[in-house]
Amino acid sequence: MTHTTGKVPAGTAASAGTAPLPAPRRTRTWRVLTPWLFLLAPLALLITFTYAPIANMVAYSFTDWDGVSPELHYTGVENYTEIFTREDLFQVFFVSGYYLIASVVQIAAALYFATILSFQVRFRNFFKGVLFFPSLVNGVAIGFVFLYFFQDGGTFDTVLGLFGHHTDHAWLGTPFSANTSLAGVSIWRYLGMNFVLFLGAIQSIPGELYEASELDGANRWHQFRYIILPGIKPVLTLTVILSISGSLSAFEIPYIMTGGATGTETFVIQTVKLAFQFNKTGLASAAAVVLLLIILLVTWVQRRLVPDDRVDLV
Amino acid sequence: MNRRTVLALVAGAALLLPGCTGTGGSAKGADAKAPDDPSKVSGDITVLTVRTDLVQDGTMKKYAAEFNKVYPKVKVEFQALTNYEAEIKIRMNTEDYGDVLLIPAVIKKNDYPKFFASLGTEAERAAKYRFTDFTTVDGKVYGQSPVGVMPGFVYNKRVWQEAGITEWPTTPAEFLAGLKAIKEKTRAVPYYTNFAAQWPLTSWTYVNGSVGCDPQATTKLAQGDPWAQGSDLRVGDRLLYDIVRQGLAEKDPTTTNWELSKPQLAKGEIATQWLGTWAVIQFQDAAKKAGVNPDDIGFMPFPAQSDGTFCATVGPDYNQAVNVHSPHKEAARAWIDWFTDKSGYDRDNLAISPLKDASMPQVLKPYEDAGVKLIELDDSAGAEVKLIDDESEVGIYKPEYRQDLVDLARGAKKGSLDDFLADLGKKWTKTQKSVTGR
Repeated sequence: MTHTTGKVPAGTAASAGTAPLPAPRRTRTWRVLTPWLFLLAPLALLITFTYAPIANMVAYSFTDWDGVSPELHYTGVENYTEIFTREDLFQVFFVSGYYLIASVVQIAAALYFATILSFQVRFRNFFKGVLFFPSLVNGVAIGFVFLYFFQDGGTFDTVLGLFGHHTDHAWLGTPFSANTSLAGVSIWRYLGMNFVLFLGAIQSIPGELYEASELDGANRWHQFRYIILPGIKPVLTLTVILSISGSLSAFEIPYIMTGGATGTETFVIQTVKLAFQFNKTGLASAAAVVLLLIILLVTWVQRRLVPDDRVDLV
Repeated sequence: MNRRTVLALVAGAALLLPGCTGTGGSAKGADAKAPDDPSKVSGDITVLTVRTDLVQDGTMKKYAAEFNKVYPKVKVEFQALTNYEAEIKIRMNTEDYGDVLLIPAVIKKNDYPKFFASLGTEAERAAKYRFTDFTTVDGKVYGQSPVGVMPGFVYNKRVWQEAGITEWPTTPAEFLAGLKAIKEKTRAVPYYTNFAAQWPLTSWTYVNGSVGCDPQATTKLAQGDPWAQGSDLRVGDRLLYDIVRQGLAEKDPTTTNWELSKPQLAKGEIATQWLGTWAVIQFQDAAKKAGVNPDDIGFMPFPAQSDGTFCATVGPDYNQAVNVHSPHKEAARAWIDWFTDKSGYDRDNLAISPLKDASMPQVLKPYEDAGVKLIELDDSAGAEVKLIDDESEVGIYKPEYRQDLVDLARGAKKGSLDDFLADLGKKWTKTQKSVTGR
């Protein structure tokens, strides 16, 4: 943005010629207006497709609308009372625990690979590609692929069989096994994204620091602990926030693979069911608003606990 | 004003945008009259359908060509919706939902006059057509299904014969014994739940009526506990539970595949599935493709008899209706009448004709031979049942509760069947009181 705004007044000033005085009134108006003119298109899109629907959803959450009926009644905070008084609606958050644990594993793994691949390693770019590849595949496709993967006698069983391990386990059969499998798929899916973020952050650390530290007798672990980790702290915090909100609102993978059966229902799947199976659009909107508030709250608490200081490595 | 205040103001203004629902369905009460002179009706009409396959292979175009022989000035366009319920739900908020559409499950019966044009009074239509009361509001009919369907077991005759069973089982216990024999004597999976596809499980709700042979079965659902001892749903659920519990269903229900299950049943790798008459043709096609005998596909009623005869319920499929906003209501009505009466769509699909005086399809020949009693459920309480179902979130027409039932039976979920059904019954009757005030 700063680039474009800088250019326009420069042009007008040149045409004004020899005037050494402050720019004339018209120029100043343009200077204020120009950035907004540039912002017009994105803002219009943002408001039409993001904020207006959200405002609409908030409005629905105070009604008993069923999604199609021409009639809807204002019910006040009834939907919210229902959400906070029915414990079965909140039990699904236990499922998010699996995804939360998975995201810890995921961040640790991403950090590990990013660190290793930021040093000179053979086939470095190949491994980067391998790790990032799943992020390029569409989530729905991944759901279907892994449905075959976990099938009885499917890919997973075949691979285990090659190693002489013949299980007769239904991978999506029990709540524990199903949730673990789904969380595993989620790690596979999102690891690449975290990895790329970390890798970028690590590569922005100036190389002299490593050399200097080596002269001081630091080993790889010291470099990681005292240079890389503090150097990428802002990115790390961001990733943690994204992972937590992602675990709370996990949807794609469990919805495609199990549809929420066998104890794999997440809060978002439940919301979708309320809205599209039981036609309680009002209640579902309220649930969506509550989820939004919960995520905002978690983020706020987290920012309080881990303030985002400026890091200064040198 | 600093930047934050501006942003806050913009956000606030966005929030104040009226929570418009954009519902166009405000027009009320229109009639779609049958045209007097077929050669004079004109207009372009759009017909919505779920039969993606028939639109793709050109079958629907052939129907339209036949239709044009009688109504030369009407141009018919088809729109096939793959995920009908989800897509149509959004479109119902506009006025643009085709000229002829299938009445979506989401529309409440009392709202029919706001969305659809009436096809006539029940008194005049009931004389000729089946299933009129399924779409009747205040004495006027709003939809007509082009086919009738009947729930039942699709089974592989050869496999059942190999297991030594030639007569249809008459009790759930006999049925289970039959499945056990299949498991012991053949290599087939005795029963396939299609758990992962979800909707095949919901068809178990349509045991309602055929167990107790009571045309008032739907009214009973609205008035009492659907899972009371000996009630239709309980008998059906008990059977499904026992099938899974005794290991007579597929090994891993969570990764089933509906499309694959068709050739598997045709080839005799699967012995039985609870579906309906509509499925028979699909399984026969699968048999032809797999190069096995399509005559092996059989159809049998629920294993229960009252007064020594089996009972089966005939119900409508999706009902076709005319959009109340359609500018060509006569042309739309002409299509529905022609498609229902003369297209041969019912015969092409081996389905039951919606006309009262038509004969039964070939598939149901064994039913006639066995003297199976066919009943039509009274649907006057159907809207109430749907309302209770949604409000209570029990979901007898949704897959979740049967998935839970199967999980319970195979031990992936803790608890007993009795507690599970009692719990559902409690939820149901509690909502019943608040909905109907009974």
